[in-house]
Amino acid sequence: MKVIIRQPRRREVAIQGGRQVSDIMKELQLNPENFIAIQGRVLLTRDAFVKDDETIEILSAISGGA
Amino acid sequence: MRCLKCQERAWVELKRHHAAYCAPHYTEFFERQVERNIKAKKMFTLQDKILVAVSGGKDSLALWDVLVRAGYQTAGLYIDLGISDYSMRSKEKAMAFAGERGLPLIVKDVRAEYGDGLIGISELSKALRRVPCSGCGLTKRYLLNQVAHEHGYNVLATGHNLDDEAATLMGNVLHWQMDYLARQSPVLESTHPHLAKKVKPLYTFTERETLSYVLIKGIDYIEEECPNAQGAQSIVYKEALNAIEAASPGSKQAFVDGFLKSLQPVLHRDEAGVTLNACSRCGEPTTGEVCAFCRMWERAKAAKAKGKAVIPTAS
Repeated sequence: MKVIIRQPRRREVAIQGGRQVSDIMKELQLNPENFIAIQGRVLLTRDAFVKDDETIEILSAISGGA
Repeated sequence: MRCLKCQERAWVELKRHHAAYCAPHYTEFFERQVERNIKAKKMFTLQDKILVAVSGGKDSLALWDVLVRAGYQTAGLYIDLGISDYSMRSKEKAMAFAGERGLPLIVKDVRAEYGDGLIGISELSKALRRVPCSGCGLTKRYLLNQVAHEHGYNVLATGHNLDDEAATLMGNVLHWQMDYLARQSPVLESTHPHLAKKVKPLYTFTERETLSYVLIKGIDYIEEECPNAQGAQSIVYKEALNAIEAASPGSKQAFVDGFLKSLQPVLHRDEAGVTLNACSRCGEPTTGEVCAFCRMWERAKAAKAKGKAVIPTAS
């Protein structure tokens, strides 16, 4: 499967699919409190199952500054 | 995971509330909770004129969207800080949001109005040798008040969320900034005719929650981070707090709620009795003779006149 990480700089990684979003974030060492996973315009909860031929995006929710 | 209300597939999980919602029920939850915050903290009513500080980011646009839907009288204020292309792109987002909905948006151009067309926030920080977020924060606070007063808005609403509040609290506690702790509140009443009441209706929502609202509503926001915020201490604190939150859901809310209920009211009383004068330069309220905003910009211009390192960045 393909994961597009928007942190917010965009990078793509290919990893083993056929598992839940929580497992994908764990492998990518992303704290789920800092990110949201989406597929198209659908928001994915941590238990959402992603097939090996699918693509998801992971967006950073953290912003900073004054 | 299923929606708590309708059992459809959930889009958003709220671990600290032991709840999950589908898209329509999440936006309903979000909008109701904002309304609840506004009423519980007596932030404003339908009769008030509210100026919403709009950066083009997810939080301020989510806030403006909810307030407009609830029927409040609002206008947006976008402050162009002259931070290279980032300011241009964020302004486009704010203007597009307002334009598509027919909402009034006031735009203040810092470089043009205060920096003689040459000094934006980046040049200002270089000239004064201070971190950009410091001069940026002071400039925003000053202009928000000044514009609210000038245009007759009695309430100033910002999109500060739970993560902002928890990170600020952590920073203030780590360094025991008692003056800042005394002023940290979702509501700051007006203490002077030139100072608008300041409110933070999103102070109970995490960044994930405001981002979820914006994504579901299809609101186009600026995703990129301010270039000056890279490595900012607030981001370090947010990530540390989220590491705790992941292990112990509800920690951030308990941290902020506990402070607001137990400590902040005591500190707030200690702050009474501060005398505000009119700044001899601009007339805005200050505790001294010349306000911090005027002093800062005068110093930056003086540094430029002496040929110090005020080099405009490309924009």
